[in-house]
Amino acid sequence: MVYLTRKLEFSASHLYHSPALSAEENRRVFGKCNNPHGHGHNYTLEVTIAGEPDPVTGMVLDLKELKGILDREITQRMDHRFLNYEVAELKNQIPTCENVARVIWNLLEPKIPQGHLHRVRLYESADLFAECYRDGARGIAR
Amino acid sequence: MSETLHISLGRRYHFAASHRLHTTKLSEEENNRVFGKCNNPYGHGHNYTLEVRFSGPVDHATGMIANIADLDAFVNERVIEPFDHRSLQDEVPAFRHAVPTTENLCVEIFQRLKTFPVATLEAVRVEETSNNSFEYGGN
Repeated sequence: MVYLTRKLEFSASHLYHSPALSAEENRRVFGKCNNPHGHGHNYTLEVTIAGEPDPVTGMVLDLKELKGILDREITQRMDHRFLNYEVAELKNQIPTCENVARVIWNLLEPKIPQGHLHRVRLYESADLFAECYRDGARGIAR
Repeated sequence: MSETLHISLGRRYHFAASHRLHTTKLSEEENNRVFGKCNNPYGHGHNYTLEVRFSGPVDHATGMIANIADLDAFVNERVIEPFDHRSLQDEVPAFRHAVPTTENLCVEIFQRLKTFPVATLEAVRVEETSNNSFEYGGN
C-alpha cells in the first residue's frame, strides 16, 4: 500500500453556538468563539489516499484528478464562506474542527475513484487540528 | 467500508528547556563517544514542540471531543509549567536517573497526560528541532 497526501488551504468564518445551551452557558463553554458576529481561520487540509500504484501509470490516483475533486467538493463549498450559514452539511452542527473534519471526510470518501480515503487532517491553526480515519487504519502512515 | 469513523483532536504546544545526555552507567570516555556534543557538561537547549492527540466521542451539544481551554489548562499544569525554561535532568524528577533524550521525554509526557479525564490520549509527538521528532503511543 502506498499513501498519497495532498494539501490545500481555504479561509472561512464560523461561530460556536449551541441551541441546546443557554446564552450564559454558550459563553462559558465556547468563550471567544461564541461571538455572534463570527471569526475566521486559514484552514489547512491534508487528505491522504491509500492504494496500490497503477502498473501502467505508477500512480495511486492521478493528482490532477484529486485536485479537481478537492476543488469541487471542498474549496468551492467552503473557501471564503461562513461555515454556519453557507455550508448545508454543517447547518445543524457546531463547526468545530472535529465536525468540519468529519463533514469533509463524508464529502470526499464516496468521490475517490481509485484507492481509498485513508485520512483527513484539518488544521484550524498551526497548533490545532482534528483528524479522521477508519478504525481499522489506526496507526498506519500517521 | 464498515469500520467506524474515528476522530481525534490534535494540539501543539511549545516549550524551551535545556538538557545534557549523560549516564552514570558509562565511563566518561564512553559518554563522550555515545552522546558527542550532547554530553557537554554545561548542557544545551532546544525549542521543543509537543503534539498531543486525543480521541473520544464528539459531544453532540458542543461538537467537541474536549474543550480546548480544559485541555490547555491540563497540559500547561502537567507539562509546560514544569518543563518550560527548566533543566530537564536537574529539575524533572524522572530524568535524575534516566537520560533526557527526546525518546524518554515522550514517554514521560505520555505518563503525565494519560490521565486527562475527558478524552483518551492516543499519542505524544515531540519535535526536538524541526528535523528530529519522536512519537510514543503508550506501548
